[in-house]
Amino acid sequence: MTQPIVHMENIEKHFGNIIALAGVSFDIFPGECHCLLGDNGAGKSTFIKTMSGVHKPTKGTINFEQKQMNFNSPRDAMEAGIATVFQDLAMIPLMSVTRNFFMGREPTKGVGPFKRFDVEMANEATMESMREMGINLRGPDQAVGTLSGGERQTVAIARAVYFGAKVLILDEPTSALGVRQTSNVLATIDRVRKQGVGVVFITHNVRHAMAVGDRFTVLNRGRTLGTAARGDITPEELQDMMAGGQEMASLEGSLGGTV
Amino acid sequence: MSETNANILDERVKKESALARMLKRPELGALGGFILVFLFFLLTADSSMFTLAGTLNWLQPAAQIGILAIGASLLMIGGEFDLSLGSMVAFAGLVFALLVVNTGLPLIIAIPLTLLVAGAIGMINGQIVIRTGLPSFIVTLAFLYALRGLSLVLVKWITGGTTQMRGVREAVEGDFLAPIFSGDVFGGLFLWLAERGWIATFANGTPKATGIPVEIIWFVVITLLATYVLVRTPFGNWIFAAGGDANAAANSGVPVKLVKTVLFIITAICAAFVAITTVMDAGTADSSRGLLKEFEAIIAAVIGGCLLTGGYGSAVGAFIGSLIFGMVLIGLTYTGFDQDWYKVFVGGILLVAVLFNNYVRKRATGER
Repeated sequence: MTQPIVHMENIEKHFGNIIALAGVSFDIFPGECHCLLGDNGAGKSTFIKTMSGVHKPTKGTINFEQKQMNFNSPRDAMEAGIATVFQDLAMIPLMSVTRNFFMGREPTKGVGPFKRFDVEMANEATMESMREMGINLRGPDQAVGTLSGGERQTVAIARAVYFGAKVLILDEPTSALGVRQTSNVLATIDRVRKQGVGVVFITHNVRHAMAVGDRFTVLNRGRTLGTAARGDITPEELQDMMAGGQEMASLEGSLGGTV
Repeated sequence: MSETNANILDERVKKESALARMLKRPELGALGGFILVFLFFLLTADSSMFTLAGTLNWLQPAAQIGILAIGASLLMIGGEFDLSLGSMVAFAGLVFALLVVNTGLPLIIAIPLTLLVAGAIGMINGQIVIRTGLPSFIVTLAFLYALRGLSLVLVKWITGGTTQMRGVREAVEGDFLAPIFSGDVFGGLFLWLAERGWIATFANGTPKATGIPVEIIWFVVITLLATYVLVRTPFGNWIFAAGGDANAAANSGVPVKLVKTVLFIITAICAAFVAITTVMDAGTADSSRGLLKEFEAIIAAVIGGCLLTGGYGSAVGAFIGSLIFGMVLIGLTYTGFDQDWYKVFVGGILLVAVLFNNYVRKRATGER
């Protein structure tokens, strides 16, 4: 059996007297899409920030490829191969796709004072990566601002994969998208997964999670309510767990199963 | 909503014409403006304005504004302003004059020292902006006043009451570096061309243009250098990124603080450079020199396509913007119009440029 790339055991995170995470266990295998579900305030953001090196856990251990890791900064995590695509995407609308793609990690050629940004190589790599994700750009110099929300998300994902992400954390990638763009992003997640990357897909939309998820972990009030594999759980059960069960059950009747 | 279907995208590839591509260049507005202003003077000005001597005559002030504008445009693309540029021209000029006249240092030491002092002040500007998070507009406005005041106080204290420091020309005369920073170059070539009757001469046979003012050469070199850095180096990408969205840039590993600090230093050094050349050309340092130059530099950069919000622009645009400046400033004397129309002109061009830039940016980013 393959080993998980990242295994997090009993993670706790306290901010002063606030307990944001109260014992969360989570793991991710190569080539799987592990959905992390939870309502607002459940601790999803704190959890992924812990995983991506922004926060240090107060208690608990993080194993990366079977070795205990202590990420001191997001940079460390990135170098190890944990890439996070946050909601703001870290994209600059006025800049071209290529310039965004290689922002902060520009390939160079030449030596000494003649070391320069290898634009040709960067353009080619960008076009190629985007083609792999199913997006034909008008040109590598197309401004990111002219792309749709879904396409931007895809650029961000393609960028992370290009730079060798083993684990890709997607922070609510579909929350601001329309129906068609959402399906594009879900298709991208599927592609990335098939390349052997472990995808952590954070969402509070059960339908999006069910569409691509292999396993589902629900977070509620800083705790995991358990992890279920695909087919072992129904969307309704997931929904109930996220909402904390009771209130939702009572609402269910009056809403007629629309949520 | 945009389509991701490959066929539809292919159709769009064909639709983007050469014109549409050109419209996305930040320099386009400046080029259009340049042609308009050029045509205006072609029609209204005395024909001597566009002779060799006449052209060099308006290129020189264009180069002075231009060197400042290149620095200002890089800084603006990086998302910041420097309003202390003009005062820096006076202050650095004074420092330079002090070094060569009062301490008698040779240019090879005095020039780097002057640039160093200016760079240090630029760094302070940058550090205050970065550390406090205050808008650079306010921080450098403070320096606009402080440096101007300091220049006045200092020069009066040294000279015993006047606002000018003389004796620079005598002090630098014969220095082997002097021809690189002042006067004309290619004088021999011009003389040779005149002997063959290929360029206009006075009655006694000396050419009307004695050479290319060295600032013009520097202006071109600095523009090319800045353009290279912007489009062909990682640092150039960092400048765009830092100005486009500092937070996103920092999250992607761009050393935003370093980039901005370096840009403040470069801008201050550009100002000091202009100070050195003007002080050497005039032979004096004057505490009122560089007045309003910060705005002219910013205006030239904006005419050249720089956005006030940062992240977009070009050095070539600032180059063309400066040419427009020089042409209007000097060109009016070749016409029958009152010289003071100059400022009306500049104001008008600025307004049109900003409106145009706004339109171009919306097209470029697909904003609607």
